[in-house]
Amino acid sequence: MPEEIIHIKAPMDEKTVLGLRAGQKVLFDGVFYTARDSSHKRLVELIEQGKPLPIDLQGQVIYYVGPTPARPGQVIGSAGPTTSSRMDPYMEPLYKKGLKGTVGKGERSQEVIDLMKRYKAVHFSNIGGAAALIAKSIRKCDMIAFEDLGTEAIHRLEVEDFFAIVAYDTLGNDMYKEAIKIYSRQ
Amino acid sequence: MRRIEADAITQAVERLCMEANYFLGQDVIDALERSLKEEESPIGQQILRDILENARIGGEELAPICQDTGFTVVFVELGQEVEVVREAECGMQSAELNPPFNIPNSALREAITKGVAQGYTKGYLRASIVQDPLRRINTKDNTPPVIHVEVVPGDRLRLTIMCKGSGCENMSRFAMLTPAQGRKGVVNFVVETVLKGGGRPCPPLIVGVGLGGTFDQAAYIAKRSLLRPVGSHHTEAHIKELEEELFEKVNATGVGPQAWGGRTTALAVHVETYPCHIASLPVAVNIECHSHRLKTTIL
Repeated sequence: MPEEIIHIKAPMDEKTVLGLRAGQKVLFDGVFYTARDSSHKRLVELIEQGKPLPIDLQGQVIYYVGPTPARPGQVIGSAGPTTSSRMDPYMEPLYKKGLKGTVGKGERSQEVIDLMKRYKAVHFSNIGGAAALIAKSIRKCDMIAFEDLGTEAIHRLEVEDFFAIVAYDTLGNDMYKEAIKIYSRQ
Repeated sequence: MRRIEADAITQAVERLCMEANYFLGQDVIDALERSLKEEESPIGQQILRDILENARIGGEELAPICQDTGFTVVFVELGQEVEVVREAECGMQSAELNPPFNIPNSALREAITKGVAQGYTKGYLRASIVQDPLRRINTKDNTPPVIHVEVVPGDRLRLTIMCKGSGCENMSRFAMLTPAQGRKGVVNFVVETVLKGGGRPCPPLIVGVGLGGTFDQAAYIAKRSLLRPVGSHHTEAHIKELEEELFEKVNATGVGPQAWGGRTTALAVHVETYPCHIASLPVAVNIECHSHRLKTTIL
């Protein structure tokens, strides 16, 4: 695994996406959109109905998070990743709309790994349960859509030095599989 | 009879919900620090350090240590000499409290539910519960909780609050093994459950195993095993040996912190048992993450 941490910008350009490799550690600067179960369902329903989306997904990165409510004066509450694989059934229509990156925790299905190869997208993992620490790399949080969904609404986040690791790249490499193999004693 | 006012229960539950979410228990911190010494993977070490740093921030800033502030599971040990009494003015309508439809509201249930609602609202904790599993409309105050009541001797009321994240709860599994599959079958099922979960339940884990009883009882004791101090052992020697074997095997999987590879897949494995039917060997594996939010008080 590459040891040095690289800085990348979100949204991501094609060169960045194609250059990333599973196991690479990154620090993000830029913009993420938040979405999880209910907001994914709505986005895909809008696409199926041929209606416009509340956000342009071209080159964008979606962070799978449902933050806690912010205290007065706070940008955001605690904001760690939720389980990525729950969003697996929704991915293809979003990739077709230009989505290039996702951030969450845990493995994804082989179907999504194949979709990432086909649509030239990558998936990042960050540390589940480090929510208070992760919130410190989020500088701004604005409500964008589906406000009625509460914590599941789509927010626009501005992030700085947001840590993640490339879990799956555009070649179909799998950080999880490789990493576990190194330490397995079974 | 000793009378305990419902309001005292509400206040206690409100406080425990907040404390559980801000302050990681010392037993978990100690287990994380022990693991850090054993962990071989550099990124695994970094994750463990980040988790400890996250716990420090949570405690100092009263920030929830995880954004999934969980399903509130309340374990009540109700002394049989205790009577829970409502104050006259404490008349919240039960409909507001989102009672599970088939359980009538008692003063105890109402008081606990109100405490959860207040704790989650005042404590800036996330509302993660939907009223109906299919319609999925958020109840907005994290109620109703899941409440388990055991009637015990005495005139005290012990309340234990577990704020159970769903990332890990979702990776829990159940099997009705046959008596012939025995201990080996149990070991294989537990290890397989951890491997299948991978990074989804946020390892390092605390693995709660319930062996025996009925379908429901096995799941209940699996969850109850998580109430023990992390890394403590069962009093029966052969169950302690099983816990040790499971701990070793789970940590030999290579899954490691966050499944990014390493030694620390679990901080502990706890097993609880219950007598069972001649035809059965139920095994429930309740997966808990490192963000083990558990607080208790006695009234």
